[in-house]
Formats: sequence, C-alpha cells, structure tokens
Amino acid sequence: MSTKVHLDRAHGLRLLREMLRIRRFEGKCAELYQAQKIRGFLHLYDGQEAVAVGVMQALGPEDAVVGTYREHGQALARGIPMGPLMAEMFGMQEGVCRGRGGSMHIFDHGRRFCGGNAIVGAGLPLALGFALADRMQGRQAVTACFFGEGAADEGEFHESMNLAALWRLPVLFVCENNLYSMGTPLGIAEAETSIWHKAAGYRMGGEAVDGMDPVAVEVAARRAVERIRADGTPHFLECRTYRFRAHSMFDAQLYRTKEEIEAWRAKDPIPRLRDWMERAGHLHAGDMERLEAEVEQEVAEAVAFAEAGTLEPVEELERFVTMDEVPQ
Amino acid sequence: MSTAPARITYREACREAIRAAILADPRVFLMGEDVGRYGGCYAVTKGLLEELGEARIRDTPLSESAFVGAGIGAAIAGLRPIVEVMTCNFSLLALDQILNNAATIPHMSGGQFAVPLVIRMATGAGRQLAAQHSHSLEGWFAHIPGLRILAPATIEDARHMLAAALADPNPVLIFEHIMLYNMEGELDPAVQGVDIASARIRRPGHDVTLVTYGGSLFKTLDAAEALAREGIESEVIDLRVLRPLDTATIMQSVARTRRVVIVDEGWRSGSLSAEVAMRIMEEAFFELDAPIRRVCSREVPIPYAAHLEQAALPQPGSIAEAARGLARPAP
Amino acid sequence: MPSLGADMEAGTLVEWKVAPGERVHRGDIVAVVETQKGAIEIEIFEDGVLRDLVVAPGSRVPVGALLARLDVAAGGPPPALSAAAPAAPPRAAAPAPVPPPPPPIAMPPASRHRVTPAARRRAAALGLPLEGLRGTGVEGAICLADLPQAPPRRSSGFDPVGMRKAIAAAMGRSKREIPHYYLSQTVDLTPGLERLARLNAGRAPPERLLPAAMMLHAAARAVAETPELNGFWENDAFRAAEGVHVGWAVALRGGGLVAPAIRDADRLSLDALMVAMRDLVARARGGGLRGSELTDATITVTSLGDRGAESVLPIIHPPQVTILGFGRIVERPWVVAGAVVPRRVATLTLAGDHRASDGHRGGLLLARIEALLQKPEEP
Repeated sequence: MSTKVHLDRAHGLRLLREMLRIRRFEGKCAELYQAQKIRGFLHLYDGQEAVAVGVMQALGPEDAVVGTYREHGQALARGIPMGPLMAEMFGMQEGVCRGRGGSMHIFDHGRRFCGGNAIVGAGLPLALGFALADRMQGRQAVTACFFGEGAADEGEFHESMNLAALWRLPVLFVCENNLYSMGTPLGIAEAETSIWHKAAGYRMGGEAVDGMDPVAVEVAARRAVERIRADGTPHFLECRTYRFRAHSMFDAQLYRTKEEIEAWRAKDPIPRLRDWMERAGHLHAGDMERLEAEVEQEVAEAVAFAEAGTLEPVEELERFVTMDEVPQ
Repeated sequence: MSTAPARITYREACREAIRAAILADPRVFLMGEDVGRYGGCYAVTKGLLEELGEARIRDTPLSESAFVGAGIGAAIAGLRPIVEVMTCNFSLLALDQILNNAATIPHMSGGQFAVPLVIRMATGAGRQLAAQHSHSLEGWFAHIPGLRILAPATIEDARHMLAAALADPNPVLIFEHIMLYNMEGELDPAVQGVDIASARIRRPGHDVTLVTYGGSLFKTLDAAEALAREGIESEVIDLRVLRPLDTATIMQSVARTRRVVIVDEGWRSGSLSAEVAMRIMEEAFFELDAPIRRVCSREVPIPYAAHLEQAALPQPGSIAEAARGLARPAP
Repeated sequence: MPSLGADMEAGTLVEWKVAPGERVHRGDIVAVVETQKGAIEIEIFEDGVLRDLVVAPGSRVPVGALLARLDVAAGGPPPALSAAAPAAPPRAAAPAPVPPPPPPIAMPPASRHRVTPAARRRAAALGLPLEGLRGTGVEGAICLADLPQAPPRRSSGFDPVGMRKAIAAAMGRSKREIPHYYLSQTVDLTPGLERLARLNAGRAPPERLLPAAMMLHAAARAVAETPELNGFWENDAFRAAEGVHVGWAVALRGGGLVAPAIRDADRLSLDALMVAMRDLVARARGGGLRGSELTDATITVTSLGDRGAESVLPIIHPPQVTILGFGRIVERPWVVAGAVVPRRVATLTLAGDHRASDGHRGGLLLARIEALLQKPEEP
C-alpha cells in the first residue's frame, strides 16, 4: 500500500461515502435509542468520522484493529457490514456478536477487529499481543490501536507504550483526542495536553494531525504504517477531533458550551470534504444527493435486517463462556 | 526413555514442563518479570533463556497489565503464551486484563475469539515474605466464569498440568504454592500426562473427608496420618482444579464418610472453602452426618514474624483437631 | 418522552423550543427536558409541522409518554413526537403511605434435638420417631450411629453390612473409651429351673417360660436396687437412669445382633417378661422394632443360651455403663451342705465401666442376682 494519497474523484467520493455512512447510521441509532430499540450505553462518533475513515485507508485485510467503546465508526470503516452491526445493537443473534456485546463490544474475527473495548486503556495491551503474534509468526501486519485521550491517563498507557517501543512491536497507536474524557476536559486530566509528545518519552515516533480532515489523517496514517512495516517500530498518531454529540445519550453536557460545539461544527469533516471536492471539481451535480440516497437506503436495510432479527435462545446463555476449540 | 522413577523437585518439574512445551510447539513462549536473565523469582526458569533464546523466554518490564494483556492479544492472534506473574499478589495489577478481557472476550464476542492463554503465578505463605507476597488469591480467580484454575500440588501435576493447560482453548491460571518448589519426589516416567478436570483422592478413608488443594495438601496428609494413629481414617481429596470444581468426586466421598473438613489457605470469608461447603449443602445435604468444618487462614494480612505467620495458616494440628471433632465428637 | 439512558424513567419538560404550527426539521431541537443528570435538549428525527403540544412545561412524565403531535410533511399518520412505546399513565403524586413496622419475629422454640441430615433421612425411611433418641454426634446431635443401621426386614430387607458397621462403630468406641472391669460368678440355677418346670407343666410350648426369662427377671430386679450401675456415662459424668430398661441382646439370623429395650423390666412379672421377650425376638428378627426400643436401654443383658459357651466377657454398649452376661447352663458337681451333688449352674459375668463404678458395687449386684435366683418367688 502506497503512502501517496491520490485524492481523485473516486477516492474523494469513497471518503465522503464512508463518513456519511457513519454519520447517518449513528443518527438512526440515536433515534432508535430514544425509541428504546437500542438500550444500554450508546456512544456516538458524530464528528470524529474522519479519524476512523482516514486511518482505515492505510490498513489492509491482514492488519488488525483494536477499537474503543465509541467504535461504530471504526467498525463501519473497517468494513463490518451495517446490518449485523445494527442487529447487534438490537441485541439480536444476527448481530456481529450474537447480541452479547451491544454497542460497546463490536468484534469481527474475519476482519481482525478485536473490540469494542469498554475499559479505557485496556485495549492497548491487546494490540501489543496482536503485534507480537504477527511479529513472531512472520506476518507483516500492523495493528492499529484506537483509544481516546483519556486512556493516556491510565497506567496501562505507559506500560503499553513502553513495552511496544522496547520490543519494537508493529503497532499504530491512534489517539482520538476529542478533548473530553466523558465530561472531564483534557486540561484538568493531563499535565501534558499534547498527547503525542508523550511518545518521545518512549523513543517512539509520533505526530499530531487534524482529526477533522480525513485526508490529513489518511496521509499521516499511511506514512506511519509504511514506517512500521519497514522497521517494525510502533508509531503514535494523535488525531485532534471533537464529538458533536453528548458523551452518551444521557448527558446534559454541563461541561462545555454551545459556542464551543458550534465552533467545532464549523470544522465538520463531511461538509469540509464536500466543499473541497466541489471546489476541486471532483464533486458533480447530484453526487451528494445520490450518496445520501444510497446511504439512506443502506441504513434502512440495516434497520430492516435488525428488525427482522431473532433473539438467541436463552438455552444458549452459557455458550462460549468457555470455548470447545480455538476458532480458525 | 528410562522407566525408573526419577527424583526431581517440584521446581524442576515446573521448569521441565515449560521447557518441553516450548520445544514441542513453536507457538509457545514464556514471558514475565525476571524469567530470563534472573532465572525466575523462584528460580523456576533458571537456564531456560540460555537454552531457548530471547524470543521464547522474554523478560518483561514491570508492567503486569501490559504483558498479561499482550499475552491475551497474542493468544487471540494465534500464539500459545505462557505468562508468568511473579506472585498472585501482583496479579491484581493485571486483574482487569484477566477478568475483563481474557475471561470475557470469548462470550462477549459471541464465540468469535478464544483466548488460549496460560498464566502461571506463585501463591501462598510460609517463607516470611509478609503480607504483600504471601496471600492466596486463587479463590478469587475461581469466582470468574471463563477461566480454568489449577493448583498443582504434586510433582506429577507440576510436570504435566502445563501441557494440558496449553491445549485448552480457554485461559488457564496455574497457582504454584511457594512452599512446594523445594519439595522432592519421584516422577513416574510412565505417566505422560494428566487431566485438568478432576479432583484426586490422595488417601482413601471412610471416617471423614478432608478436602484441600495446593500447598495445604501435605499438611492435610500429615493430619490424616496423625488421625490414623488414633483410629480415624480420613479420605484426603486434592481438588487440583479449582474451577470448574469436580463436585462428583467430593460428593461421592461425602456419601461414604458423611463428614467433611475443608482446608484452604485462603481467608474463610467468601472463599473457595465456602464455595465447596455450599456445593456440598446443595448436592449432598442429606448425606451429612455432622456439620461441615473449615480450616482456613486467619483473617489477617499474613505477617512477617515466623510465629505469627505460622499461627495464621492452617496446620496439621488444626486440621486434625477439626477432623477429630467430627469423627469422634466429645460425648 | 424520549429515553435518554437506561436508567432514565421519567423527565420533566422544561420548555418547548417550538410552537404549534411551526415547521420542524430532522435534527432540530424542539424541547428541553430536565433529568436527574441535568437539562437535555430534545432532538426531533422527523421533518414536519408541529400540530399540538400535549405536555405543558413543568410536567414530569414517564419515558414513552406522548409529548406532542407532528404532521409529517410527506403525509401519513402523524407520529408521536417520541416514537416510544405507549405512554404509561403519570404516577399519582400522593405521598407513599408509611408502612407499618414489621411485627416482631417470633423465635421458634429451641429444638430439643439436633439431628444430622443423614440421620433424619434414615429415621424417616425407617419410620422411627426421633423423640427419645440420644445423640452421640457433634454437639450432641443424633447421628447415624444413634440409629439402627438397617431398615427392618419388612421394609427393605436386612443389611448385614450396615449392621456390621454399626456394631463395629459401637463396640470400637466402647473398647477405645470405656475402661472395662470384669467380675464373674457361677450361680446354681437348680432351684429356679425346678420352679420353671413346675410353672411350665401343662403349658403348650409357645407359652412355656424359658430360663432366659428367669435370668432376666432376677437381673432386672437386682439392677433396680443398684442404681449406680443403671444409667449412662455422659459429659464425663455418670447419670443414673430413670427406670430399668433392660436391653436384651438378640442374635439375628443374618448375623449381627441388636439389643432392644424392655421398658421397666424390673416391674414385670415373669410371665409378662416372657411375653415381652418373645415379642421382642420376633420383631427383632422379622422387622418392626420401634426406634425408642433401640435407644432406650439403660443396661444390657446377654444370654448365650443352650448352645453357647460357658461364659462370656461382654462389651458395654455406650453410653451404658454395665452389661451382664449369662453363659450356657451346664451340670456340674456342686457342694451343697457339705455334700457333692450334681447341680445345674451358669457363669454370670458383669462388665462395668470403671469410670462410673467400682468392682465392689458390681460384686454386690452379682450377689443380689444370685440370691434372687436361689430363692425364686413362688406363684
């Protein structure tokens, strides 16, 4: 995979479509949550789409992804189909995890997508393990590990950064810095608010990138992945982004102002890319309407798939508590 | 291969188990704190780095959560890691990984991912290592669905449980009692493997059943010997597997003896001994001809001073006393 | 009222951001709702025209309640503002009545008996009442050792293994715990046997009095006069029994033996005693002993009968403190009034618990039995 990004019409449309798929899918999730079709905790990625979409452009099917609990966008960008994703949120056995995981725990063995991790920071060691296994078994794969800036508060962050650098594990650390760990602003949680600077303490390469720009993220991710594949050392990417919606559905957002939200909305990656493509002549008349219609159709089909889902029999409640064999 | 029984220590049996597993399967490797250059805190892995190399014997930084978590990830991604946590007290630094990831991911992912990981750790008291190195926490881990918990007490189990654990598609935790490492005994070369599902009767008897595991096994056997001199024949069950419990062996013994003493170096409250006792109440209540008794550690942080440490632990005398009170109650 | 979290049950409408008749678009904020987590803006997921507002600001309504009606631009039935489940009626605002204090918990009467689960199950299977049983288990509980090991034959057949185990347990305990002393004395039974012959004259065999009854009769009456040997060793002390309930050792055909009690044997006539003994033997061998009969004995008597050995050194049945044994009746040369004459004699042995009594007392008992046998009462 080349580091060079050829931002032609086709690629631009692809990025736009991927971000739109996430945005519309999650808009429907919010609606279905309020209608009580989706329960539990629901954390929406609204505003951060450029990060997942940009990073995933740099990964191939042999690579692995460890996600966060705000991972619908990561899952969709990785290629997990929308229907089983929605069915998972409905708690249906047609869901990606048979309805066992729900919104926060999306797994896909075939796509090497390992969580859906709802313990902040706990995904980092897992990513190390994936990378170690790939290294020891002679695979050239890279593991992209997503986490929020709140994970940098955790001791596991330090442990994992150190071990990854020490053992030269092929991990791309993707810090999605959306400025708030739940409702706690970065400035009152971290002494060093420029998260990527921490990488230097582990002799790890790193950089910060505009996480509201899918092209910038993609360029940085491709560069990092190429370096990781070349010399095996991990790399750190801080994507500065923002979630437009509340932390979860039940959040009065007492901790930030409307003005701040509006200021970030002005950087919304979707209109931003759309406008750039229009100016560059890559977006033609009717393109957006067609994209919107196709995505709306895909979302509708996903909802229909989930609505038609069935519940796993209660008799299977204890199935997979222990495994009879290792799935291949 | 010689068929003569070899004399070997428990420590050497553990070492040979690791060595054989690594030589037998390219996916197997060991990682943990000081397992390589230092040779292991309890010298279990001494010499293995020189023989097997740095890729297979990996010294880790003091990062329990990271290297246990990395072991989980590596297991998911196709390896068969053996992770050593220096003592079970330190395992609490990795409890999140063990509980929230290793034990949880198979079920939570709808059966997509298995975690074929082995975690070894030292447990127990008796070497005056004081409270932060002496506790017996295996009962806590036995609370967690998805884990298999092993407590090898014999040299045979120390030698052969590891291979069975590595063959298990699920996370397996092996607790090695620190007082057993120096124990020497014979290893029957004819035995090529053991199961990791069943309890064993280490001494048959018909008057009272003594249920125990791990480091308490030999104290319990000593107690049984003393009781036999008084005419009380006790049946000693070595649980071996703390989760899932082999309740059938326990219940069959209870049906014979109708009296039970449970010996557990863990604290009494909310303990493995409480679980065993409750299983007996659930499954063999009407077989009982006496109340169930327990001999556990006193509910204190294990102290440094030798006399206090010993006073805190189950001892052959206290075990025998409990059994005597059941088999031959005071009129 | 939209559901904004798994733990949200209701919300208070703070204000409407839109008025009836106003056009709204998907994503617009139409209302503010106060929850336990603070005020949250409510988004609408449809385009349309707001028809009417159902809930007034300040109202607290449960999740799922109808807040407003919307005419969807595309036509069709007007969906509720919230697509949630039908509204539950608002909760009554009346203060919850104060529940009355719970009644004091009546303590169950203290159980007279502790019984182990296994013993309780066996007693139930045997149909044995637990009243009157003495417990020898932990904390004095009635345990299996306090019950007959085998169910009566009439129910489920004789269990020789269980019987053997019970005997082993009781006798093992006796020999371990009880320091036995032994006294024996050979007694001339001729006067008594002659009397029996007179009494049996003209009786059909089933009604005849047997020598064993005579021996038991004498023993029971003598024991009544020696309360120090009639009772139990419990809690490191002797406890005298209330009455003389003689355990009569009965050998069973399948092997083993039981010693069911004849209550108040000292007060029974010879005939009544004989009836009791026949009944007991029949029931012991055929099944049907009562539980109390197996546990009530205060002293045990064993007689080896006419095919037995000449003497027996019996083992005390704990927690009793005395056992008496009669050997086979044999004809021996005997000195009576300076002359050697043939007499029918038997060796009577007493085993006593030395913790409870001394040999002197035991000797007195033997002497008293002998005296009673020498002077059988006349009818």
